[in-house]
Amino acid sequence: MSGALDRGVRHIGHMFVDGVWKLGAATRFSWYVLIRSGESVRRFQLTLNEIYFSGTLSLIIIIVSGLFVGLVLGLQGYETLKRYGSAEALGTLVALALVRELGPVVSALLFASRAGSAITAKIGIMKATEQLSAMEMMAVDPFARVLSPIFWGGVFSMPLLAAIFSAMGIFGGYLIGVVVIGVDSGAFWSQMQANVDLREDILNGVIKSAVFGVAVTLIALFEGYDAPPTAEGVSYAVTRTVVTSALVILALDFVLTSFMFTGV
Amino acid sequence: MKRTTVDLWVGVFVTAGVVAILTLALKVGNATSVSASDGYGVYAHFDNIGGLKPRAPVKSAGVVVGRVEGITLDGQKFTARVTMRISNAYQFPKDTSASILTSGLLGEQYVALDAGGDTLNLKAGDEIKLTQSAMVLEKLIGQFLYGKAAEGGAKK
Repeated sequence: MSGALDRGVRHIGHMFVDGVWKLGAATRFSWYVLIRSGESVRRFQLTLNEIYFSGTLSLIIIIVSGLFVGLVLGLQGYETLKRYGSAEALGTLVALALVRELGPVVSALLFASRAGSAITAKIGIMKATEQLSAMEMMAVDPFARVLSPIFWGGVFSMPLLAAIFSAMGIFGGYLIGVVVIGVDSGAFWSQMQANVDLREDILNGVIKSAVFGVAVTLIALFEGYDAPPTAEGVSYAVTRTVVTSALVILALDFVLTSFMFTGV
Repeated sequence: MKRTTVDLWVGVFVTAGVVAILTLALKVGNATSVSASDGYGVYAHFDNIGGLKPRAPVKSAGVVVGRVEGITLDGQKFTARVTMRISNAYQFPKDTSASILTSGLLGEQYVALDAGGDTLNLKAGDEIKLTQSAMVLEKLIGQFLYGKAAEGGAKK
């Protein structure tokens, strides 16, 4: 009886120490990626390929989901606002919800599952097949040659993807609200413009998505680099990337929101 | 330098992203309106500002001419001190009056400026002396009921 309890406590303690260990390793890893990013500027083609890989290829899923999120927001928002006789505020509702929260968060979640998982799998398999060690043998720094171009590609793509998501969402809200239901088009846009602030809302949304981009790509890279070099190890690492990214995005979102949109 | 298809697709992606950001800034955020930084600051004291908030519009004849910058309580007079920034494109006479009004029944509150007839114009840092406070619904209802009661009493 006391043996089982003992083992349980020991297991929890072990998990905790392991977590702290991993966090420290991740911090050191992030530092290496940042400090060796000179190559990704000098040989910009490397970064460009990664922007293609994580940005351009995520474009379809971002556009389609943005459009549908906007359509749903338009429909639900209209149903609710109609009860208070202020259906003209639909534009404000759709734009603020997308620009402040849904755009950065949902596109970061999509980015984590579309591009983050692929990054982890790529790095994990490169490590498992000893491609990274082979590079080191040839005096090519894998951090400079492989990891940091991926990082900068992801960080650059994420704000653009979030902006495309928000723009498509607002277009979706416009389609359902103005074209289908028949809210006044002028009121839709003018109320939106009166209540959405360039610095307060749009710039903060862009900052948010850049922070999410940093977090997601670093998690994806680290999980791939840290994965045990087996088929099972890589598959677990991919799962961990998606789960950890989702949790970190939502937690960071809360922290950033409480910093940005307080007061007034 | 050889151009590749990857370059083309990255170009498409970056163009789409930049267009999206510009759309958000211009069409949604309305970057062309009066921005907070340019213009001159004036202030006014109100007995009660109701629900006026910073960044609320300052309008004259319904046209947005500026924004409310800050609201503080004057410790001596116990009135609300509202600082406003008005676009340089608009000049108002010194005896302009400011009142706090509501757009629509449930709309947001804004400061309305009614131009006076003075020959001198307001300068940066001037005070708008003539002010009219926001209407507080509870007070209004209170006055109405009081008036009704008094009316009833007079009839008897």
